[in-house]
Amino acid sequence: MTDAGTFATIKRGLALSPELRPGLGGTIALALVQMGGRVAVPIAVQQGIDHGIRGDGGPDLQYVVGVVAVTFVALMISTLAGYLMTRRLFTVSETALGGLRSRTFRHIHDLSMLHQQSERRGTMVSRVTSDVDQISQFLQTGGVQLLLASGQLLVSTIVMFVYSWQLTIVVLLAFGPSVAIIRLFQKRLASVYAAVRERTGVMLGAVAESVVGALVIRAYGVAGRTEKRLDESISGLRSAQQKALKTSVTSFSSGEIGAGLALAAVVVVGVLIGEDGGLTVGRLTAFLFLVTLFIQPVQIATDMLNEAQNAVAGWRRVLDVLDLSPDVADPDDVGVALPVGPLSVRFDDVSFRYPGGPVVLHDVDLEIPARTKVAVVGETGSGKTTFAKLLTRLMDPAEGEVLLSGTPLTSVRFSSLRSRVVMVPQDGFLFDATVAENIRFAEPSLTDEQLTDAFAELGLKDWLDGLPGGLETPVGERGEALSVGERQLVALVRAYVADPDLLVLDEATSAVDPATEVRLQHALDTVTRGRTTVAIAHRLSTAQAADEVIVVDAGRVVQRGPHTELVQQEGSIYAKLYASWLEQTR
Amino acid sequence: MLGRGLRVLGQAIRTEPRLFTVGVVGSSVFGLLVIANSYVVGYVIGHVVVPAFSSGHAGTGELALIAAVFLGLSALRVASVFGRRLGAGFMQFRLQARYRRAVTSRYLSLPPAWHQRHATGTLLSNANSDVEAAFVPIAPLPFAVGTIVMIIAAVVALFFTDPVLALVGVTLFPALFGLNFVYSRAMSPRQIRAQRMRAKVSAVAHESFDGALVVKTMGREADESRRFGVFVTELRDALISVGRLRGLFDPLMDALPSLGTLAVLLLGAWRLESGAITVTELVTVSFLFTVLAFPVRAIGWVVAELPRSVAGWERVQAVLSATGDLSYGDKTADAEGAAELRFDRVDFRYGDGPLVLRDVSFAVPRGKTVALVGATGSGKSTIASLAVRLMDPVGGQILLDDTELPSLSEAALARAEALVPQIPFIFDDTIRGNITLDRPEISDKSVRWALDLAQAEKFVRNLPQELDTAVGERGTSLSGGQRQRITLARALAGKPRLLVLDDATSAVDPRVEADILAALRGNDAGASILVVAYRRATIALADEVVYLEQGKVVATGTHAELLAGHQGYSDLVTAYEKAERVEA
Repeated sequence: MTDAGTFATIKRGLALSPELRPGLGGTIALALVQMGGRVAVPIAVQQGIDHGIRGDGGPDLQYVVGVVAVTFVALMISTLAGYLMTRRLFTVSETALGGLRSRTFRHIHDLSMLHQQSERRGTMVSRVTSDVDQISQFLQTGGVQLLLASGQLLVSTIVMFVYSWQLTIVVLLAFGPSVAIIRLFQKRLASVYAAVRERTGVMLGAVAESVVGALVIRAYGVAGRTEKRLDESISGLRSAQQKALKTSVTSFSSGEIGAGLALAAVVVVGVLIGEDGGLTVGRLTAFLFLVTLFIQPVQIATDMLNEAQNAVAGWRRVLDVLDLSPDVADPDDVGVALPVGPLSVRFDDVSFRYPGGPVVLHDVDLEIPARTKVAVVGETGSGKTTFAKLLTRLMDPAEGEVLLSGTPLTSVRFSSLRSRVVMVPQDGFLFDATVAENIRFAEPSLTDEQLTDAFAELGLKDWLDGLPGGLETPVGERGEALSVGERQLVALVRAYVADPDLLVLDEATSAVDPATEVRLQHALDTVTRGRTTVAIAHRLSTAQAADEVIVVDAGRVVQRGPHTELVQQEGSIYAKLYASWLEQTR
Repeated sequence: MLGRGLRVLGQAIRTEPRLFTVGVVGSSVFGLLVIANSYVVGYVIGHVVVPAFSSGHAGTGELALIAAVFLGLSALRVASVFGRRLGAGFMQFRLQARYRRAVTSRYLSLPPAWHQRHATGTLLSNANSDVEAAFVPIAPLPFAVGTIVMIIAAVVALFFTDPVLALVGVTLFPALFGLNFVYSRAMSPRQIRAQRMRAKVSAVAHESFDGALVVKTMGREADESRRFGVFVTELRDALISVGRLRGLFDPLMDALPSLGTLAVLLLGAWRLESGAITVTELVTVSFLFTVLAFPVRAIGWVVAELPRSVAGWERVQAVLSATGDLSYGDKTADAEGAAELRFDRVDFRYGDGPLVLRDVSFAVPRGKTVALVGATGSGKSTIASLAVRLMDPVGGQILLDDTELPSLSEAALARAEALVPQIPFIFDDTIRGNITLDRPEISDKSVRWALDLAQAEKFVRNLPQELDTAVGERGTSLSGGQRQRITLARALAGKPRLLVLDDATSAVDPRVEADILAALRGNDAGASILVVAYRRATIALADEVVYLEQGKVVATGTHAELLAGHQGYSDLVTAYEKAERVEA
């Protein structure tokens, strides 16, 4: 990690968190007042010794009482300032970090499917959780200490300078080697802690495998293999941690050596300079106190450096996500609404490739009239899912244009697009909430009665009544309390209440138990009635029932037409697909 | 809480006594050196500086000695810091590693039934953050113990110096302790609340990003952001309340030792006037208060972390003390060729739940294929798991070639039977590693044979490094159908004598599935097969069908016999066709 990188990150971060700026001056002013309190005591000691205890007329108790009283008041003011400062700092910084979390969360949702797929889920979650936590934790502990330490360093240097410039130079020289060592170690510290993070990742991966794969490990009797892997990753993490600690302690202890050098040098040089050099016993004593005030920040700084680097690294990762441009952007105010009524679809010479990858969809040029039911078929990897994603503008084509009722998709406002075009994805993802809440996801204003009606209209009343809590039945994490088929049922009702004009269905590949299958087909029939429907079909019964079938192979549309026609084209891809499917079901 | 926390610490100390001793010795030496340093400073001011300033000159030898003493003390302090921090750190890391091993080793030996009762996320955090939390107080522990030694030494030294000045210490130290305790007490519920909110924020983010496609296609980004925002705000408030308490405590902790120094100055001037002490002693004592403040905080760090430590420790203990391990016999099952499997009046329930299998009896004859058919929840997957002894029945018995499953050794069982589960699990390894799982008897030739049989040979050949291609965590670079075929090949490669397929080809293209089933039916695998199936083609391949309703076998026979003779069965398997009719 370079210094420039660190400063650039902080600058970028401050620009993106405007909440941090107001009152920053006040916070710093309060911090300086607090610092003043810390040096008050050494000054009091000096004054007390020189004028009170070793005063010309013997110890002057009254003078000491005065000094102590003044210092006491200064100390109280400084403590109060400290409280106000930290209170203010935490409020501002936590508010800013909360804002950062929310903005990043929204930004991740705004990113195109491309980015969402290329980044792993877990990584995106850490952007709004642990990465921000790291910054918060640093600000709350190390950050304040670092701020106060730098202030303390500054103020104590000034006071030392006032007492004796010669001794100040001696102290600074004594700390020269420590500072050099700490700087030298900074790079190594960054790399050893990076190793710890990496090893932590490996360890977590191994643990996850032993938990998620427990059944397979047991069934194949290969616990030994997994145990070995766990052992290696756990030991690996431990040795990385130990190495990092050794490095960090070595760096930390250089501050101790600086302290010893400084104390020795101050006494020796101080005595040599003597009263001729403008020193007094009190001043020299105060100097020894000040040296400890000077040492503390150096030690704290070395200790907090690693935490600071973690925080900056976390901040950078968050900022990097915010820097990704959502390349499928909402035209928003300059966008238009889709024309009223059923939607037709037009693909105008559309090609698609993933960045840096081969073309996965070639020159697709077709039209789907409004209110028709179309099935897209083809083998896994043929490009049919890409077709659906382009149609719903989850991605934009590399070349060509997709138009709905003559309006280019890229010019349509998302608010209009998402309410008129709805996709039912393969896995029918459900949220960990009740059935009702999952359906209201599409249309929050619906009453329970309207929800029940929707189920009834789709012929699912008996299924709903069979649930233990009816509409209020919780569906579990990711809907896992329901079977795969039942999850699709709920997803279908959700699409139905959204009342779209273009419905895109990505059929599930996995088998559904037959009773649910019948219900699904029933419901689908009602949902698709009167709407333009594009189904990515895995079951050819869906294709059979469609008005038209589009056959995709290796990224090209190779056949089009009604099922009855296509199936008669001997030797065609569709005829083969159909023959093998027939064999399966008969 | 304090008592339970101390017991965790005690356990940790008993586990790593040597490292703990190193840490405590280092820390105590450090503390004594800090006190010594104050006395040296006092001595130097009183006996060297004052006379030198009075007389105008000082001996060179004396100055050299002072420099040597300061540097010597400093070197000793460095050594003690190494002892203290490395002792504490190594102790903490070793404990974490030890308990991570213990927890994961329990995971590997606890039965699937136990795993099913616990959420994946919980088990992950047991091994990771709970272990970590349990030993967080270990890091400052030796420092805290050393500090106590230091403070006792300081108070004793103070009494020897001057009983009146010692009173300042006697007042100040308990005040520091008290403040630390009050702070830790007040802090821990706030920290717990913040931690809870962090978990909430994380859960919402997880779910929302998991469902990103639904959020996007329904245009609900703004609503999701609002939902997330509610928890973010609560977390923010929790963290601000943590911060405010810290903001109150930190300046107070800073101020107390300074107040001590001022009190010493005041009392010292009075004692000096009455001739009870010297300048040396005054400087010593006030210096002492300046340097003692920081170590006292270490005690606060330990106390503050105790509640989290106890919570983590108890969750770890729950895993370590979990019971229900399957014990294995020592019989081998080394007969050649396909095996026979028999269920004899088997009953099963999960935990204290109701019976999910009742009086189930059927057999998979040598070399035959038997299909289990039934609606969702009829007990098919349970039978599959029992057949490979992932769990034991509560009544009746399961026999492989007339040997009861529990009397077989673990290795014999794993060699004789192979399960291909519903959801394929792929290890973070190469294709080859995923198929062999380091079973030494599986050659490359067997791997290729198995891939061929599982219809995976072609796609594996097209991978950049073929068998050596790393597939990533959970096989993310493969499609669902490809993952299923790899797990099928894994099962076949071991040449099991009984193959149990639990709806194992559901994500495979129908055409490919047909090829796989044809190969298995041709008995190229040389195994008896028990298959859980939905698709009619799969069912029709079986020599015999066992039809289940609500955990009971209601009919057995060939597919044709059951279709003709059993209403429930024919209703179920013809449902697909009904679905088609509805649509047409």
